[in-house]
This record gives sequence, structure tokens and C-alpha cells, in this order.
Amino acid sequence: MALGNGSREWKEETVHVDGTDLVVVKGGTGDPLLVLHEELGWPGWLKWNSTLARNRTLIIPQHPGFSRTERAEWISNIRDMAGFYARYLLEQHLAPIDAIGFSLGGWVAAEMAACNPAQFRKLVLVAPMGIRPRDGVILDFFQHMAPKHLFTTVHDPDATAEFDDLYGGQGPEQFERLEEARAQSARLAWAPFMHNPSLPHLLGVTPSLPTLLIWGREDQVVPLSAAEEYKRVMKSARLSVFDNCGHRPEVEKPADFLREVEGFLS
Amino acid sequence: MHLMYFTERPYRYVSNDEVIKTGFFGIENKYFDSVKGGQLLNEYLDEKILAEELGFDGVMLNEHHDTAFCMGSVMDVEASILARITKKVKIVLLGNPLPVVGNPLRLAEELGMIDMISGGRLVAGWVRGGGSEQFASNANPAFNREYFNEAHEVVIQAWTKPGPFRYEGKHFHYRFIDPWCLPIQKPHPPICIPGLLSPETVVWCAKHRYPYVALATFLEPTVELWDMYRDAAAEEGYQVGPENFGYLQKVYVAETDEKAREIAKWDMFGGAGIGYSLFGQPQWMFPPGYNSKDATRRMARQFTDPESTQGSPWAGLADGSTLSKTESVSDAQIKTRSAIWQDKPVDVEQTRRQILEAFPAVERAMQVICGTPKTVIPKLRTVLEVLRPGIFAFWQNDGPISKEDRLNNMRLIATEVMPAVREIGKELGLTSPFEVTPGSRPLQKGMKSQSVGSLEPLRAMREQAAANL
Repeated sequence: MALGNGSREWKEETVHVDGTDLVVVKGGTGDPLLVLHEELGWPGWLKWNSTLARNRTLIIPQHPGFSRTERAEWISNIRDMAGFYARYLLEQHLAPIDAIGFSLGGWVAAEMAACNPAQFRKLVLVAPMGIRPRDGVILDFFQHMAPKHLFTTVHDPDATAEFDDLYGGQGPEQFERLEEARAQSARLAWAPFMHNPSLPHLLGVTPSLPTLLIWGREDQVVPLSAAEEYKRVMKSARLSVFDNCGHRPEVEKPADFLREVEGFLS
Repeated sequence: MHLMYFTERPYRYVSNDEVIKTGFFGIENKYFDSVKGGQLLNEYLDEKILAEELGFDGVMLNEHHDTAFCMGSVMDVEASILARITKKVKIVLLGNPLPVVGNPLRLAEELGMIDMISGGRLVAGWVRGGGSEQFASNANPAFNREYFNEAHEVVIQAWTKPGPFRYEGKHFHYRFIDPWCLPIQKPHPPICIPGLLSPETVVWCAKHRYPYVALATFLEPTVELWDMYRDAAAEEGYQVGPENFGYLQKVYVAETDEKAREIAKWDMFGGAGIGYSLFGQPQWMFPPGYNSKDATRRMARQFTDPESTQGSPWAGLADGSTLSKTESVSDAQIKTRSAIWQDKPVDVEQTRRQILEAFPAVERAMQVICGTPKTVIPKLRTVLEVLRPGIFAFWQNDGPISKEDRLNNMRLIATEVMPAVREIGKELGLTSPFEVTPGSRPLQKGMKSQSVGSLEPLRAMREQAAANL
């Protein structure tokens, strides 16, 4: 999103982490807020980013292997990815930090919390993967082509104002980036599919980490029953469920989303 | 020249309505009857034995999973039976899908046993497995190439390196490799690699001096890929010959051209030409990370091209003329399937009509050669002159063809076509990899490497056909 003066609200910087040139999108002003993107890559600077950026500096690293940051060969699962970001936070003197993770990025954040909850001040998890749902299953989106997968992530694309803007639209470059993201997601979590059976046990170290879980009641990607599992194992977690909402509350219900997140982080 | 018999061993009792609606992969297995399937598998084994009696040099098997297209889900089981029952033919496995087998050491042992039981008649071969095979075995497609390379290394080491030894790779870990069931053929059985013209695979073959067997691909891009192999071979210091190449060709022969054509045109629902695009829907054929970056880039262009979403999602591939010079068969397949991701409903009758209407183009592109022996021999000559392969496989008997017609087809090919093909092979100097070791022709420094294939005979044939009109 461009400002009135033609400049972007965010800039990109490259940070060297363990031999990887991590591309980080940064924008806004105020205390830092770490944003961990989802399995299809970074969907771009959307309206919720602009709103939060009024009072917070958004730090949005582009996960290694998701087209903008090169792949780090040694990162072979989500725990490795969590370890990579632990090092990033340590070396950049960012911990303890507030963080928000979406879907696969929520799983990364949960693994980081399970390793060392002190890395975070407050944590928002938006429909995170990582825990196998009690009822239903995490959608096998690898059995969809990317465009169909994208449709499945929202409850009603027509009622989602920013749907066409996600990932910068739908052309060959976007398709290529989505494919690259899908390939890296497959490398990280093909089996067990998009969850870590140990995670519910490991999250036992987070009883005092303030955590907000946000979920769409009609989420077809990670069913709401997974939220109950997260709530059960993260003793300080509060769950907020939005009606008529799928896997992307931040674009499907932006006002509700911002109210919850700003209220929680303040 | 090495002549082989091949059929996909389809499950014949699923209607082509279901195939048109879904594609072969992904049809619910409620349509499968194990008793009928068992009978068919036995008929197919009997056909292989007959092939030996009729004088074929090799019987070729392949492997697919979860599909009526091919019942050879574990082709090593079929190969084991043939190893015991047949006496002379080579048992040619094209190929074992290395990335999906999970345990390459066990594969090395299985193949070792087959070679021993057959008295050293095994020809091994490796494939990456189609996209759908990755789902069928839950093999991570993003590591497909890595699995392939590493599993290949494990098998070759298990066959050739004195044990016990240790193998610790990225994906496969063994701390004790000491197999006793080693192949008779030393240092290991011959290896051939089948494929649909993936440039990466062709170059890999050239580096390993493995013959590349093109699976019923269009002739023009096949010649281009032969040249790519030639260039990679030149870098390795050798001159390619016919022994470096093989080709699989659909052939249907009957007493009259009409009868052969009537049988062959239905085959398109089970194999060649447009049949490939019926193999599986794109979400199963292009799983994440399965394709190289270049292939993904091509796919991105084609999937987002509004032009490619017109008409029936299945139509378009059969006509060889839709392929530009630089397009590979896999590009054309992508183009053909590109409407599917939109969940466009398939009009079964219209699609069936389109497929059948496409048959003349399939025939013109030589994707299927059918007719009386007299009709097919000149066409086969053209294919052999264009590609000059040392291995030639007759792909027969897919589609809804009766048992009687299948056997008739085999007999006519063996008795009335193969003798002529052998003569042509001699005339053209088509040495097989079992006569001349692939990669054994040194290329003198500074010498230009010669092509094996040539499009000239194809051009001449087309000009002649045009003149006749």
C-alpha cells in the first residue's frame, strides 16, 4: 500500500542469520511486533498491516525458502525454523517481543514458545497449524492447485474486500511464488502433515505466556477443534472465534481482528 | 536391435465415462473387483510368456499406483514370476520409482533375487514416478530428485561395493549394508531410464551412460532431446550411438486397416496421445516441489493463460501440430490440463467425441501406428529412421480390446512385422545396449559429436503424404 506521497509504508532489509540472508519487511512506528507469515508465503502489506503500523513497528521476516529469502538447506522442519528465528531474535536483541503468527507461521511461533516462552512478551496465534485437531483434519491443500487452495482459505471470497489483492493478484509471477511457497511447506511438513505430535506436550512450558487464539468458525483449513487443543495445553490462552469467517480473520473480519489484537497487545 | 513387448496391464472393467470425468488417477476403488483383476493379471503374465514364444527379445514392465490405467502396482512381483517361468527374454523394468519405494536397500535385494532367479536376464530401470505416485505412497514430492539420486546411489553401492559398509545420506541411513542376494550380472544388471523428455533426466542419463527410453513421445521433441543427450555425452567424452536410445511405440495390427483403426482409436482412453492427459488431474500430477524451477515457470505461464482454459479441459494434446518446436510433451500436457484447476465440469459426451475426433491427428503424429502389417511397416521404418533407437518396444493392447484381438495383434506383429523391423534395424545399424556398451564409443578431442536422430525422414514422409493428396 502506498502513502499519499508515493512512498511505501514499508521497506525491506536483509539480515544475516547463520549464513542465510533473511529478507525482512519492516514498517510502522512504535514497539516491534514480529509477524510470521503462512504456508502460501507473505500475502503482502494489507489494510490490517497499515492500521497496526500506526502504533507498532511490524517486523515481517520472509521465511527461508519461500521465494524471497533463499532456502537454508539445514532447515528441514518447523522446529528448525523456530530455532532459526530464535537466533534471529537473539542476535537482533529483539526478545522478548510481541508476536503474531498465521497458520503455518502460527505453528512456527508455537514451536518457539515451546522451546523458550521467554522469547515472547505476548503471543497471538491466528488459526495456527501444528496440533492435530480433535475432530476433523487439517485440509490436505497439497491436493489442490494453489488458486483453489487460496479460495478455500476464506469463507466467502466475494465478501472479502481484499481477496483479489492477496499475494499481489493472480498472474504467472504470483503463481510461481505460490508454487515455491508450497514446495517449501512440503519440505517442512509433508509428514506428519502440518503438525508435530509432540507439540501439545512441549507447550506445557507456557502456562504464564499471555496468548490470544483467533479462529474463524468456518475455517476449512484448520478446523476450530484444533483451537480447543491449543487452549487446553496453553494455560494462559484465550480464544476468540469469529462467525462467518474462514482461515483468514485478518482479511475476512478486519475490524474484529484489529479490535481483538490491539486490545490484547496494549 | 532389441525388440520388446509392452502393455500397461489396465484394469478393463471401469467405464470410460469415469475416466473422462476424473482421469485415471483418483477414481474410487469401489469400481475395482479383485477377482476380475486377478484374472487379468494372469492373462497379462500369459501374454508375456507368449511374447517370448513369439520371438520378442524382451518383456517390459512398468509400475503405477492407485489407477485403472496400470495394475502393475508392484511390478517386481510380476517380474519375479516371469523370472522363473520364462527362459530367454530379458525382463525389462522401466522403471522402479526410486523416490517412492522408501527402502532402496530392499529394492536392491528384490532386484538381485529377480536377476538370480532369471539367470541374469534382468534389465533394471529407474523413474521419478509421476506426480500422482507421490501421493499414492506419501513420498514428499519436494524431495523427489534428492530421493531419486540418493536411492540410486544406495542401490548401485549395495550391488557393487563389498559389504558390510555404512551409508549415511541426507534421506537414507544404513549402518550395515551387506546384502547376499546380489545380481548375477556384474558389476550390476544393465540399466535403462524411461521418460517423457524431462531435460534434467536426459542429461543425467548421458552422464551415467544409461540408455534413455522415450515413452511414446512426439518425434520432433524426441530428436531434440536425443541431441541434448548427445551434447552431455560429448562432455563426458563419448559419442552416442543407437545403443544410448530406446523408444516405445503404440502399434495395433489387424487383418484390415479398418479393424486395426477401430481397435486403436479406443486405445486413446488407455494410453497414448490424449490418453496421457487423462492420466490424472493437475493437482495430482504437479504436486508441490515436484517440478524443477524452469518447469514451474512454464507451468505458471500456461496455468494463468486465459486462452488455455477454453474448450474441454482434456482436449488439445492429441494433435502433434499443437507442439511448437521448443515445447516438450510435458508442456503440452500442462496446457491440456490447465482448465481443470477451476473445477470446470467435464461434459462427458462432448469430451468423448473430441477424443475420438482427435484420432486422425494422433495417427498423423505417429502417436499410434495401426493397420495391416503392410501398412504399418513403412511407418515404423520412418520412426526408426528418425530416432534410430537400439531398443524398440511395441506398446500394445491397452483400451477396451478383446482378449482374442490382443493375441491376434501380438501374433501379427511378431510374425509379420518384427522380421521386417529386424531387417530395417540391421540396415540402419541399430545396435542395442546389449550388443554395444552404451558410452563405449570414444569421442576424439576436437571432434564434433554426431546426432543419432534426424527429422529428415519425417519431413520426407510428410511431403510425400501431401503430394499424394
